[in-house]
Amino acid sequence: MLLIRCPYCQTDRPELEFRYGGEAHVSRAQDPSSVPDAAWAEFLYMRTNPKGFHVERWRHTHGCGRFFNAVRHTVTDRFLATYRAGEPKPDLEALAREAAR
Amino acid sequence: MPEIARRPALPAPGEPFPGVAVTLAPLPAAARFVLRGDLAAVAAAGNAFGVALPSRINTASTLGARSALMLGPDEWLLVADDTSAPDATWALVRALESALGTVPHSLVDVSHRQTAIRVEGHEAALTLNAAVPLDLCEEAFPVGMATRTICEKAEIVLWRTGPRAFRVEVWRSFAPYVMDLLSAVSQENVPD
Ligand SMILES: [Zn+2]
Repeated sequence: MLLIRCPYCQTDRPELEFRYGGEAHVSRAQDPSSVPDAAWAEFLYMRTNPKGFHVERWRHTHGCGRFFNAVRHTVTDRFLATYRAGEPKPDLEALAREAAR
Repeated sequence: MPEIARRPALPAPGEPFPGVAVTLAPLPAAARFVLRGDLAAVAAAGNAFGVALPSRINTASTLGARSALMLGPDEWLLVADDTSAPDATWALVRALESALGTVPHSLVDVSHRQTAIRVEGHEAALTLNAAVPLDLCEEAFPVGMATRTICEKAEIVLWRTGPRAFRVEVWRSFAPYVMDLLSAVSQENVPD
């Protein structure tokens, strides 16, 4: 079973307790009515969908209940980092370099 | 107020289900509250409830029949096992609400949302581990640890009250499922 480190519980917990929440750091415009249609469609539908490290939201649904962010490899499922919601996006290249060592 | 007949979710308390090396016992009704709030709310609620609320996530503190479980960064489950007297739950609600006053908080009575099962015996952890995916050895899940988790298809709050004793808090509609599941496992768990 995949173990995911919850940044609030600060322990590794079984994946069965979590729910996936889509790509992280996609922010909604402060004033949606002023956003041109193309940019709004971009916000609604377009995601990076990488083959590699992906920054995404997870929720510890059957645990502390909190949303947090994680860096996961979309092929190997390896988690490089998890961090609390609101914290800045980590430097993916630095994380990947560290993981490769 | 109309009389509402309450159907028990589980067999009457005090009729433990004897497994091979574990006992499953439905626990009597208790008063339960979910408190959400910051440090000021925690201090006020702790004073009124009679137990200082724990500040480390996934731990419980107990004094007598009152326990507080920290289930999230700003969420506590308060359990009072001493509220069988009429209006005892309301007295507790009033005490908590007057202590909390204008401090921003959310206090929800969930007494009847869930019920509790005591799982006790030599093979308590092994029995639970048939359905609970957490590591339940004492190093990873020590006495006093309490957390929400899952028990097969049901969400539960699992709380270790002793080296070989757990309390399972489960929503009442899931209680027969969890009880039957653990009963079946307890019959299979024949120690060598
Ligand atoms: Zn958590």
